[in-house]
Amino acid sequence: MSKLSLITKGLLKENPTFVLVLGMCPTLATTTSAMNGLEMGLATMFVLILSNIVISLIAPVVPDKVHIPVYIVVIATFVTVLQLLMQAYTPAVYKTLGLFIPLIVVNCIILGRAEAFANKNGVWDSALDGIGIGLGFTLSLTVIGIVREVLGSGAIFGWKFISGDGMLAFVMAPGAFIVLGYLMVLFNKIAKK
Amino acid sequence: MAAKSNLINMALCLTAVCLVCAAVLGVTYAVTCEPIAAAAAAEAQASIAKVLPAGGEISEEIASDAEGVDGYFVQSDAEGAVTAYAVKSTTGGFGGPLTLMVGVLPDGTVFNTSVLSHSETPGLGAKCTEEKSGFREQWKGFAGALSVKKDGGDVDAITASTITSRAYTKAVTQAVALVQTLAAPSEPTVIPSEPTVIPSEATVIPSEAKESKTEEDHQ
Repeated sequence: MSKLSLITKGLLKENPTFVLVLGMCPTLATTTSAMNGLEMGLATMFVLILSNIVISLIAPVVPDKVHIPVYIVVIATFVTVLQLLMQAYTPAVYKTLGLFIPLIVVNCIILGRAEAFANKNGVWDSALDGIGIGLGFTLSLTVIGIVREVLGSGAIFGWKFISGDGMLAFVMAPGAFIVLGYLMVLFNKIAKK
Repeated sequence: MAAKSNLINMALCLTAVCLVCAAVLGVTYAVTCEPIAAAAAAEAQASIAKVLPAGGEISEEIASDAEGVDGYFVQSDAEGAVTAYAVKSTTGGFGGPLTLMVGVLPDGTVFNTSVLSHSETPGLGAKCTEEKSGFREQWKGFAGALSVKKDGGDVDAITASTITSRAYTKAVTQAVALVQTLAAPSEPTVIPSEPTVIPSEATVIPSEAKESKTEEDHQ
């Protein structure tokens, strides 16, 4: 597999949100605006790249029966590091995403990539896989966030282009499911061609 | 891929991984400890400064057992006279606790308000966090009757969010009530200028006078 395709497959063929349908909890909950989606995607990408690298390094020496606990400890460590860094240097972002940062630990994209890719491949390939899947996740969340923000608040990345309210349902939970559903249909129709 | 499992290598592997991870976390914590404290302090300072008139010394947080009030800050000028209070006030909103920072002048007038934390509905009650909205602007210098218009007061509620507006109003009321008990003994001349609040003040002064005296000692 070429190095470039390791990255592009995360965007299209193995897009974590629209094709693999993994990590739905942060996808639905944090995409109330484009900026929130983008920030959540980047936070997840940070953890994903680092955990892929470390897990691909330690996988050969980890006994089979304890590999899940070991991976979870590694992932949880990176999430906690991220959480502390965000609290220290980007407190405003941390305040918006709040609870969903610690929940990255149980995001199945990260353990999924560790199991499906990082523990069978080299460090370099695993890092690229992390970048590809991470970018795919970030872009998907940003797109969902843009659609929800435009329809729900009449704004894009915080810049309001209508006065008053949009369709409020799109900012709330039902809107998340509706937007995700339609985008998934659209994405798979385009990707199949 | 992985090595064959036996008790010894499993125990060793888990111990080693946990030790390394604990070390990484320890280092990160040590590095970020100070910036986190600084960020939290800066946020608290900013939220206090936002609701008070510019200038003056702001005291340390003073604990309070008044209903719904977590604590308050006193702002005083160069001569030590109290110029305003910033009160941290909590009520039950629509989706959970609603915590405000309320700046109140010694005469009971609201100077400004800001939302510290909330869990109101996005797009509806959460509009109480939008600083330029009419709902928030009306609190600057507010001295009318403290209840929403629907309940016969002077507060313009947020459209379709009466519960949030009521909670916001109640939080402000709690803050104003506290300031009136604090300021009443030292500023008796101000009371006549606030006709709407005389009844509540008159009942409050005798019972709370002792308490407010001890609060004065703190400063």
